[in-house]
Amino acid sequence: MAYDLGRYDGFSPDNYREESPFKIHGGCGLMGICDESGALMSGEEPIRAMAVQRDRGNGLGGGFAGYGIYPEFPDHYCFHMMYHDLRARDEAEEILRSRFVVDHAEPMPTRPVRGIHDAPILWRYFMTPREEPLEELDRSAEDFVVGTVMEINARVDGAFVASSGKNMGAFKGVGYPEEIGHYFQLEDYAGHTWVGHNRFPTNTPGWWGGAHPFTLLDWSIVHNGEISSYGINARYLEQFGYACSLGTDTEVAAYLFDLLLRRHRLPVELACTVLAPPLWSEIERMPAERAALMRSLRAVYGPAMLNGPFAIVLGFNGGMVALNDRIKLRPLVAARSGSRLMVASEESAIRTVMPEPDTLWTPRAGEPVIARVKGMELPFHSTLHATPAEVSCAVTAADACHELEEVAV
Amino acid sequence: MMTAATSTPPAGVIEGYRQVAPLVERSGLEARVDATGVYFQQLNDAVRRLVSEGVATVRITGVNGQRYLGAGLAAPGVRIEVHGTAGNDTAMFMDGAEVEVFGNAQDGVGNTMSGGRVIVHGDAGDVLGYGMRGGKVFVRGDVGYRVGIHMKAFEKHVPILVCGGKARDFFGEYMAGGMLVLLGMNGRDEAQPIAGSFLGAGMHGGVMYVRGTVEPWQCGAEVGISEAGEEHLSGLRPVIAEYAAAMDMDADEILAAPFTRIAPMSHRPYAKLYAPM
Repeated sequence: MAYDLGRYDGFSPDNYREESPFKIHGGCGLMGICDESGALMSGEEPIRAMAVQRDRGNGLGGGFAGYGIYPEFPDHYCFHMMYHDLRARDEAEEILRSRFVVDHAEPMPTRPVRGIHDAPILWRYFMTPREEPLEELDRSAEDFVVGTVMEINARVDGAFVASSGKNMGAFKGVGYPEEIGHYFQLEDYAGHTWVGHNRFPTNTPGWWGGAHPFTLLDWSIVHNGEISSYGINARYLEQFGYACSLGTDTEVAAYLFDLLLRRHRLPVELACTVLAPPLWSEIERMPAERAALMRSLRAVYGPAMLNGPFAIVLGFNGGMVALNDRIKLRPLVAARSGSRLMVASEESAIRTVMPEPDTLWTPRAGEPVIARVKGMELPFHSTLHATPAEVSCAVTAADACHELEEVAV
Repeated sequence: MMTAATSTPPAGVIEGYRQVAPLVERSGLEARVDATGVYFQQLNDAVRRLVSEGVATVRITGVNGQRYLGAGLAAPGVRIEVHGTAGNDTAMFMDGAEVEVFGNAQDGVGNTMSGGRVIVHGDAGDVLGYGMRGGKVFVRGDVGYRVGIHMKAFEKHVPILVCGGKARDFFGEYMAGGMLVLLGMNGRDEAQPIAGSFLGAGMHGGVMYVRGTVEPWQCGAEVGISEAGEEHLSGLRPVIAEYAAAMDMDADEILAAPFTRIAPMSHRPYAKLYAPM
């Protein structure tokens, strides 16, 4: 991007000659907001929260995910697609139509926005899985969708699934988040939960598919930080059929949550513990039962631990979870105002949306902040009632579980 | 970074801050600056212009996250009031002015500050006083992670940082000089311990005083823990007196409880690592 060195016309620059006329104030910025009463918020709210955090990114990636935004198709899988060209669209549509009944397909509504250019071809599809391939593969509908996402992302050159959940969607691209939000006309959508992201790419490219949020099924992830364990996480996920093909570390966090919450059915608190486990020195000071559970989690899910600095927000149909790395190397602030729970990288983002919150706090390292929409069924177990043996069972065969139970008895 | 191409966004795009000069009301040696929705660069330009014109008190209202307020100000006797949420790196590189925040402060307040005084009447975030090498920072409430990281001192330049609430992990990490004081009095969470883990980890200079006690497991391997004696309290009392005056608290009440003194056991704990004997 071009920096205009002549633009700076600040006060008496001669007195501050040591100052550069500009600085790249990078660091990534994020937000999440959930109205636990289920009341809907316009997409303008998350845009406003991201706009004050503009300096955290550099225009190479912005995006949002909203939940409850498609009430006319609440039970359809909605695929938001990005295509490099028409050939990629034809190829991807062939896969989609062979596996799903497409009830509605249309180009994504967008408007021209200065600062947003080179957009891919953007389409969305409201679909239900076809029964024959589902039965043939003997898979759950969710696994069927995951398989389709992985196949398109990994195999169809120039096609990319931006989101694939029900009654939700991701809106992302190269630009500042407020420009991206305006481009996708987010003011026309209303959701009970939103996540947003402003990207400052460090060691992976800034491209439309690489903008946050990263999504799979109903899960969406926005992330500030660097996942230095990406290699070991990606290798671990491959064993469960997840193909990491997007070239950005955050992708693994989305797939890890899908694996831990949906497939292994861990309670959300435990899943967060897997990603940001307590240090061994902390485990030594815990009560015996809790220490045993933590040791078991670290042993079973060692390759799922996210190493490196991070603040992440996971959105889903029914709420959101915000989490810091275990030694708190990235900022995260939380607040509650009435039925709304909000998190962001900076307090200023929160106060833009809720100027005088009832409570405002900084969550502790590794301690999740969880918002749940009242009356919505959660896509995971909500309480922690697992023995170490039960946790181990989640990833071992049923026979081994019976053996463990016998040993426990 | 705002570029020329995007400084005038298309109609309808929501802006966080506008790149316009703030409204300024000046009366004698005082001025009020309305920061509402103004980008930090134009805001700080206005403050610097007022200071260079001899204004002694600049009252900034409507602040919400603008960065670098008071940054680099080498202006003893000048007072900057911040009403709202002070943004990242408030008072960074400051040398001589006073910044008083009526609200919370985000991360990095007093970053590499050389002199002057910062008073925060709310909470302050992470890496407060990062690399501070002079001056004072007083916070009424809780503070975040890595507060006082790598503070340093040289001859008469001795930074002092006092936190009225509670601190999270890595308080005084790699501390090389100066004084860190943690009172645990104005915290909002009774259940939270006064400090987290890794207190003074890598500390090799300066001193820390904690009102109350800390457990040895909370501290880094390089520090010694003892109860502060009379010879130490004589240095702490004037600091507490100044803090109490700034916060409208009772110094005697603060000093009524015993203090724990935390100091490095060795000046160069890793000297042998690089120069084997």
